[in-house]
Amino acid sequence: MTPTSLDYLAWGALPYVVLAVLVGGTVWRYRYDRFGWTTRSSQLYESRLLRIASPVFHFGLLVVIVGHAVGLLIPESWTHAVGLSDEAYHVLALSMGVIAGIATLGGIALLIYRRRTTGPVFSATTVNDKTMYLVLTAAIVSGLAVTLLSAYSGFTGGVEVDYRQTVSVWFRSIWVLQPDVAAMSAASTGFKIHVLIGLGLFSLFPFSRLVHAFSAPVGYLFRPYIVYRSRGREPARSTRPVRRGWS
Amino acid sequence: MAPERIGKVMAQVAMVMNLDKCIGCHTCSVTCKQAWTNRSGVEYVWFNNVETRPGQGYPRRYEDQERWEGGWKRTRTGRLKPKAGGRLKKLATIFANPKMPSIQDYYEPWTYDYENLITAPLGDDIPVARPRSLISGEPMDISWSANWDDDLGGGEELGSQDPIAQKLGEQVKFSFEETFMFYLPRICEHCLNPSCVASCPSGAMYKRAEDGIVLVDQDKCRGWRMCVTGCPYKKVYFNHKTGKAEKCTLCYPRIEVGQPTVCSETCVGRLRYLGVVLYDAERVRAAAAVKDEEDLYPAQLEVLLDPNDPEVRAAARRDGIPDRWIESAQRSPIHLLVKEFGVALPLHPEYRTMPMVWYIPPLSPVVDSLTSTGHDGEDAGNLFGAIDALRIPVEYLAELFTAGDPAPVEATLRKLAAMRSYMRRINLGQDRDESIAESVGMTGTDIERMYRLLALAKYDERYVIPTAYGVDETDKGVIEEIGCSLDFDGGPGMGGMGGPTPFGEASGRPEPATVENFHALRDRQTSDERSGPPRRVNLLNWDGNGRPPGLFPPKKEDQA
Repeated sequence: MTPTSLDYLAWGALPYVVLAVLVGGTVWRYRYDRFGWTTRSSQLYESRLLRIASPVFHFGLLVVIVGHAVGLLIPESWTHAVGLSDEAYHVLALSMGVIAGIATLGGIALLIYRRRTTGPVFSATTVNDKTMYLVLTAAIVSGLAVTLLSAYSGFTGGVEVDYRQTVSVWFRSIWVLQPDVAAMSAASTGFKIHVLIGLGLFSLFPFSRLVHAFSAPVGYLFRPYIVYRSRGREPARSTRPVRRGWS
Repeated sequence: MAPERIGKVMAQVAMVMNLDKCIGCHTCSVTCKQAWTNRSGVEYVWFNNVETRPGQGYPRRYEDQERWEGGWKRTRTGRLKPKAGGRLKKLATIFANPKMPSIQDYYEPWTYDYENLITAPLGDDIPVARPRSLISGEPMDISWSANWDDDLGGGEELGSQDPIAQKLGEQVKFSFEETFMFYLPRICEHCLNPSCVASCPSGAMYKRAEDGIVLVDQDKCRGWRMCVTGCPYKKVYFNHKTGKAEKCTLCYPRIEVGQPTVCSETCVGRLRYLGVVLYDAERVRAAAAVKDEEDLYPAQLEVLLDPNDPEVRAAARRDGIPDRWIESAQRSPIHLLVKEFGVALPLHPEYRTMPMVWYIPPLSPVVDSLTSTGHDGEDAGNLFGAIDALRIPVEYLAELFTAGDPAPVEATLRKLAAMRSYMRRINLGQDRDESIAESVGMTGTDIERMYRLLALAKYDERYVIPTAYGVDETDKGVIEEIGCSLDFDGGPGMGGMGGPTPFGEASGRPEPATVENFHALRDRQTSDERSGPPRRVNLLNWDGNGRPPGLFPPKKEDQA
């Protein structure tokens, strides 16, 4: 199947636009809205549901991210080289993916339910948040759907196109500035939808509360407990936009 | 001894509160709130609050560390780690802090539906302004607030919920005859070993190297909420609108220019003292980790250095502390009350945070009890006997101030009692009775000095605050602070909520809170001439006569 011009636009040009928005937007947000860079936790209002839903969602999501990294970055030839058969790989990947995906989806469903039904939490929800939840949920649902479809066709011996020969090849080709549009065009519609939603999520990232993921406090593990700081100079640059990035 | 024995010397602006003089008027709380937390998102936040003890405090039962897990705990190997867990556990529970108080543990803030008073339709009933929650916007029943149990602390119903009273168990009987009560104003302790700072995953909280004030960098805070758990005094609060932590700043813009904090300045009872203490930063960790909790108070005293010792002064100079700070430390009322007289005690040293707001425990429960039984409440012998006999107030105070060891509390109360008796003899024209002073290990001169500081409490002696480093020529430096970390949108530095407005006090470009502005403002207020370049004229103050400078932009030839 030869790629159409729409394919070139979607899989050749769009990824770079999204990348530019993601990087540029994050730099902009960091420079001009460091004060708005926060989790904006609503735990103060409600913590009974949050204490279940939030860890389930976040830990599920972390597994999903690791799964994506493995699936997209490690070529088939490498797993073959260490003697992992395709069947074993798929059973492993799909089972992990389904468990983590369901945890993530269940978590976000409970979080959205909590957000909608707890009065103070709902009134603290901005349009920006709602948009973000919509795209994020769509990404999770579509991702889980393609995982389940892959698993289903794997069990019934169907001819589902393997994402490791299409999406992953395309994804790696982006980073060497030689986008393999043909590989992505050969992917199934489900994967294409999931990738498009994913690109949407990435472009939303710097402009929503999702930025808190970039400040995962890993440095905490390596710093002394007590922080001393000299009175010193304050930043000269204005970090005061008219509106917060999340409102 | 060689000067090497003194580790890194650091300066700390510390506070002492004399609880005998607190009348529970809440002026400190109200002025603090007006200055710092009268914004949306921090409606429930009181950087300064006054609690009735025995009582639950604010937030409710915050002292129950089995539940809230604030402060530090000593591990079996003798090291300290945050009670709520070390670094790995903090990161593992970052998605939902398991030990965070909810808004209900503080109280649900509310306003009143005033509009109803003027928009209600004509009827037989007088319209009322119903309370509405500031959290959900719904009508609510008010059932608790920051000082809901004000003055009710000694009573059975609320007093029995006090974690300390529960710890003392059967001993505290809230019977009418044995009841006692006092007020405990609380601010952030600006600890030497702050567990909130240790709990912050982002590294946004820090202790200022120059004056020891513990602050939150609003640009670095990511709202992980671990500091709220980490602080055993529950004095770090979560702003639910901005998603950032906020806490008492010890009014650092005022301290930097040598002024007392708002709570101190407005204290009606004049019970607060501010001053510099010098301490050995390298001894803090070991002192906070001593095995026996009752040794924590003496260990904390050991960390503080004597600014009159020439070796300490040399070490302080070596570590970059300017001479005027050292001189200020020599005159510090804090050093006098904490170290020399030994009458000020730390609040809950067992949290191992080395708090730097000290309390002179109240003698009044003892005096009240004596006078109510018909004795002379100011006779030294009676008072000493009563301190020994009235176990319950003493043990309660010991749980608050010395991790349960009654000896330092007794010693303090005896000194206060001795001061009363000694000074009464003078007031009655009798001879100075040196034996009273000797019985508490003091001299008559010391007692009179203590009396001057505690009873007369002159403004200049209560507040001995050096201005920030680098303000004048002797410091060989110029303050170059350009912005204020509180100067964010909707923050206290912006002069109000919701950003700049076209009219009124908050209009125009916000003025950063700096030393230079402070001096410029004072010059402007006290001189006949306008100082500095004209900026703008407030037309609301213009009487229409003449043309005040600054009414129009400067002419081109003036500029040239």
